[in-house]
Amino acid sequence: MTAPKPSLVQGLRARRAKKRHEASLGRSAAATLSSKPGQLLVYLLVFLWTIPTFGIFISSFRPEIDVKTSGWWNWFADPSLTLDNYRSVLSSGPGQDDLWTFFLNSVRITVPSVILSVGLGLMAAYALSWMKFRGRDWIFVGIVGLLMVPLQMALIPMLQLFSGGAHIGSVTIFPDLDLTGEVYGVWLAHTAFGLPLVVFILRNFVAALPRDIFEAARVDGAGHLTIFLRLVVPLSVPAVASVSIFQFMWIWNDYLIALIFAGRENAPIVRQLATLTGTRGQSYHLLTAAGMVSMVVPVAVFFALQRFFVRGLLAGAVKG
Amino acid sequence: MGDIVSAIVVTVIALAALAALLAAMYWVVGRLPKRWREGARAWVFLFPAAVAVTIGLLVPAIRTIYLSLLDDNGEKFVGFDNYVDVFTTTGTRLTVFNSLSWVLVGTLATVAVGLAMARFADGMRIESAAKSAIFLPGAISLVGTGLIWGFVYAGPPFDVGLLNAVTEGIPGLPDGWGGGGDRLWLLERGFGGVEPPDSAPGVNTFLLIVVFIWAQAGISTVIFSAAIKGVPDSLIEAAKVDGATDQQTFYRVTLPYIRSTIVTVATLTTVAGLKAFDIVAATTGGRFGTSTIANEFYVIRFVQGRSGVGATLAVLIFILVIPVMILNRRAQARAEEMMGG
Repeated sequence: MTAPKPSLVQGLRARRAKKRHEASLGRSAAATLSSKPGQLLVYLLVFLWTIPTFGIFISSFRPEIDVKTSGWWNWFADPSLTLDNYRSVLSSGPGQDDLWTFFLNSVRITVPSVILSVGLGLMAAYALSWMKFRGRDWIFVGIVGLLMVPLQMALIPMLQLFSGGAHIGSVTIFPDLDLTGEVYGVWLAHTAFGLPLVVFILRNFVAALPRDIFEAARVDGAGHLTIFLRLVVPLSVPAVASVSIFQFMWIWNDYLIALIFAGRENAPIVRQLATLTGTRGQSYHLLTAAGMVSMVVPVAVFFALQRFFVRGLLAGAVKG
Repeated sequence: MGDIVSAIVVTVIALAALAALLAAMYWVVGRLPKRWREGARAWVFLFPAAVAVTIGLLVPAIRTIYLSLLDDNGEKFVGFDNYVDVFTTTGTRLTVFNSLSWVLVGTLATVAVGLAMARFADGMRIESAAKSAIFLPGAISLVGTGLIWGFVYAGPPFDVGLLNAVTEGIPGLPDGWGGGGDRLWLLERGFGGVEPPDSAPGVNTFLLIVVFIWAQAGISTVIFSAAIKGVPDSLIEAAKVDGATDQQTFYRVTLPYIRSTIVTVATLTTVAGLKAFDIVAATTGGRFGTSTIANEFYVIRFVQGRSGVGATLAVLIFILVIPVMILNRRAQARAEEMMGG
């Protein structure tokens, strides 16, 4: 083993030094940007934005009597911890909150809705960017234009559709599937409402894939289905991940659609939390634990996959 | 456990059936004469999404506009009576006013907090942690957010509210409605079993807007932060060479450069404010003068069962959203022109 050529070592060293120099420059340039009062403001905002959540977090571990008689900040003077609140909201049985069931409902609603909206959205994105047919651009503009339609505009007729089908005179154009309160109806609603944004983001991504690879694949005799499954799907993983997480958060945290389309049986945890908030009255110490249970998944996703989430958000923010 | 297994099985079967259907359609159109094949195949890819948005958004939206012109039973044509009704009835007029307050106050504050965070946290050692802290509420459902703030605003008879604890020592504040020095800040539906009168005064709407700002500021921070980091160094350096102070550089170079981003964030917040439902529904339920258009839509249509006015409120949200969206589009287009495409 001989030592690497001196010139190479020097080059590497020089490059590393340059990088270090740039890094320090960047830091100092940025540091001058934020003044002392500015930094104080940042600390203040961070404090204000953290304290409410922190309070409920602490409260959820305090004994019932403590939660009801003193503010959570008293915990520091008298730290006593218990899991009773969690045990109580998660246990099942008559008169119990049984939040675990509603937690599973959330999973049952969210996962298929995300798969459906992103899967169908990716197919549409491919068709809208790499397949030739008449009216392609108009259809894209039409789908993106639906971004403007607020959810509320679609709720009443869609619920009527689920509960009675659609008819013109005596001709049934959409069968009465009796989807009211069923989890499938919630899937359909989330898929329909999510698709415009999903198609918009994914089409922008898929359309920007290099033309060469599609031409090479076609020369090799690949059809659209092969190209889609072997090229588009694997190459779109970053965009799909961002959009999926964005959709996941949205659907998990949704209240309105769940309130209207999911029956009491199929209610996701966020809806159940709202119900508890409205009816709890005297045992509101349990709300702290119930709130934490409803947050644990989105917050975990947020911390684990923040980069993807932010990317999805930035892509979605450009929308008109 | 049986429930979970059956749920998974049902889901997998449903998704597999859809996939099989699409594969079969793809195979069938492959037998078509050559000149139709390409177009037909494209439609196989496109049609599930197209069908979903058509029956889920397009047709319902048109039908809602139609329903807004019918009476509350959806039977008799009444023209624009429902629209007149919304603006002449005290209750609904207040909801329109409240929604506009959400938009105005909420948007201004969200943009301001986002810009401040993006500007001042930039380059700080705690930058990413600070941004995460501001952003975290955005990951929590708005129902959960309302609950969290319920514990901040909590008033008598329960001595657990943070806001009361903080303001206790401030002299000169009105004693409020709680008595005993504690103020009943937010009049909530059922929190702690309190049932205040519907006519109770106060700053309820403002307190709910604070919750909204708290939930939205993270998104605005993240977007502004990305935009500010995207300002070319050469521009900043040129300004510095010309002797501009940091403040001047920010106001004269950075802000104009990211103007279209500011419009985007304002649009995002405005639309979210117009659709504000969860926070209101989960805290006050729209009582005590806090209802917004979106909440009133739910109450009137799904609690009172009035189809005409309900549809009208939905259309009203749509009508208010359109100009904002168009302004945003224009700003984006102008920005693209300026940047050379």
